[in-house]
Amino acid sequence: MQSYNLSHLKELEAESIYVIREVAAQFEKPALLFSGGKDSIVCFHLARKAFFPAKVPFPLVHVDTGHNFQETIEFRDKLVEKYSANLIVGSVQQSIDEGKSIEEKGFNASRNGLQTATLLETIENNKFDACMGGARRDEEKARAKERFFSHRDDFGQWDPKNQRPEIWNIFNGKKNFGETFRIFPISNWTEMDIWQYILQEKIELPSIYFAHQREVFTRDEVIYGKTNFINMKPDETTEMKQVRFRTIGDASCTGAVESSADSLEKIIEEVAATRTTERGTRADDKRSEAAMEDRKKQGYF
Amino acid sequence: MSEEGYLDMELLRFSTAGSVDDGKSTLIGRLLYDSKSIFQDQMEAIEEASKRKGEENVNLALLTDGLRSEREQGITIDVAYRYFATPKRKFIIADTPGHIQYTRNMVTGSSTANLAIILVDARHGVVEQTKRHSFIASLLQIPHIVYCINKMDLVDYKEEAYDKVRAELEAFSSKLDTKDVRFIPLSALLGDNVVDRSSQMDWYGGPTLMYLLETIHIGSDHNHVDRRFPIQHVIRPQTKEYHDYRGYAGRIAGGVFKPGDDVMVLPSGFSSKIKSIDTLDGQLEEAFAPMSVTMTLEDDIDISRGDMLVRETNAPEATQDIDIMLCWMNKNPLLPNGKYAVKHTSKDVRCIVKEIQYKVDVNTLHRVDDNKEINMNDIARVKLRTTAPLFIDKYNRNRMTGSLILIDEATNETVAAGMII
Repeated sequence: MQSYNLSHLKELEAESIYVIREVAAQFEKPALLFSGGKDSIVCFHLARKAFFPAKVPFPLVHVDTGHNFQETIEFRDKLVEKYSANLIVGSVQQSIDEGKSIEEKGFNASRNGLQTATLLETIENNKFDACMGGARRDEEKARAKERFFSHRDDFGQWDPKNQRPEIWNIFNGKKNFGETFRIFPISNWTEMDIWQYILQEKIELPSIYFAHQREVFTRDEVIYGKTNFINMKPDETTEMKQVRFRTIGDASCTGAVESSADSLEKIIEEVAATRTTERGTRADDKRSEAAMEDRKKQGYF
Repeated sequence: MSEEGYLDMELLRFSTAGSVDDGKSTLIGRLLYDSKSIFQDQMEAIEEASKRKGEENVNLALLTDGLRSEREQGITIDVAYRYFATPKRKFIIADTPGHIQYTRNMVTGSSTANLAIILVDARHGVVEQTKRHSFIASLLQIPHIVYCINKMDLVDYKEEAYDKVRAELEAFSSKLDTKDVRFIPLSALLGDNVVDRSSQMDWYGGPTLMYLLETIHIGSDHNHVDRRFPIQHVIRPQTKEYHDYRGYAGRIAGGVFKPGDDVMVLPSGFSSKIKSIDTLDGQLEEAFAPMSVTMTLEDDIDISRGDMLVRETNAPEATQDIDIMLCWMNKNPLLPNGKYAVKHTSKDVRCIVKEIQYKVDVNTLHRVDDNKEINMNDIARVKLRTTAPLFIDKYNRNRMTGSLILIDEATNETVAAGMII
């Protein structure tokens, strides 16, 4: 008898496409949160697969901290144009200007936490009832218990003790007026799966994922790219290094790693051999042991 | 890890269950640690946390305790998913909590698993929770159960101790509906027979846990016999290029589909042929569970979400009277004659609870006929009457078309998981 086996990447792909289609079927106004990072790029790729030959039937939402790597924004705009996607930008700068958010001060100031207010506002203004995101359960402890369909109350908050049970692949997206869902189609993927899939599918990525020369400085063992958004201390100096980024977040809190991996194959080799998690380069998670859990409760992705 | 090797790996989903202090978190920590899936920063974080708690050794259990409230109480309160890979397979662990009040989480974690690991303390043997976990694994039709007889170091690695527990387990599990049952003596704390063979138990000739996980046959865990394609979404591009295109998108729940195959559409009963199976990567020659695809048909038929493509000569039962075993998952008890929303594959209907036939005592597997109050974590046999026919298979025939959930329409909460009998 012929054997009907899928590779693990094909099985993960099938699961994610199924989740994305459920979102389109169960919600009136869904959106895909799009940071320009590899996980959201993979989500968009999966969404294209889910609805082919039709266009992706929901907009991409970018919560823009204003602290971006230029390469990410250029990439985002190119992708939007290539696939005639609909892009909506929520601006943290605007929230600050309107007095809805208060900028952190000091040397470790970051706008990462401020994304929450802007995100919730963008959801409200556009009346989105479901936001898909590229979060993965392997990223961080608090995410390991996240559902595919994560229910949020009308303040956008997550209650980890009161999550709906999620049985088989039957997703319950029913909600009351004002409540929303966060949906995570690639929950079951690991960093390695993502990279392998990008290679298998030949998915284009922003150049900063690949090794390049950059002016950087080191603080608390994290390598930061020199930008206008980070205040350097008097004793800190920059140097040129060959680096790449494992995640792309707010430029003020996303660290680089020293690397010579300038191709997908080499990155995969590096990921296989690496001894720290990708969020190990994220200063926002280092603030306390439960940093992510606290942010999620308030409505972070 | 070679590139081809990785691209060619299979996916194994397994759940882990054990009662409090059976060493479940330690076992998972050990699997991750010995398979080198723990990263340095994670390791540093738990070393730090162990030190703060005044523990002598690094507590591998801390790796899997996710939420702050759990870390404070030192117990796991919700299903947590863990991931690791070896050159042979990628693994998804559904780590389910052991204590009584969280049976619903065990059902959740078991629902998609290929394999269940149930931990048993070598000193205590079969306890109430062992039976409960085994019963749930069997009820959820997990194809393989592996009993890990843990803490062998505390019984001096003696074969007699293992044999005694194994005999108890065999006597008990023979009553269950599980195809494949295995037993492994191990010590999660010290690593015996988890990834590396124990040098302390020469009398044991079987595989280590990791070897078993890497090699156990999972190819026939999906149904490839009965053609079932629940329609999730209708694709109408309405562009010049695809002006009249009508594609039916969904995830195959059973059987194998090929262009040219005869299909019948439920509930309308119209027959047609598959014209094409479309994906972004091109058309497929065949598709099978659990693939997500889009199919087009030769004939123009009105089809929408909730409909199902099947084979005329092998159709599921279409009925409004549904017999299920249910696991109740909500703090509010089941209302006799209560009305609930039902989700079954991609179909939404409503139902009334016609009859509560009996509850199951999950410790003895006996029927309880005299108490029909169904509370959180109860398992019961129930008859439903739905507002429209569902296209059902028995759960032990097909986990996708044989399962449903009930939703409380007042709170929108998922209140029960149902397995169709």
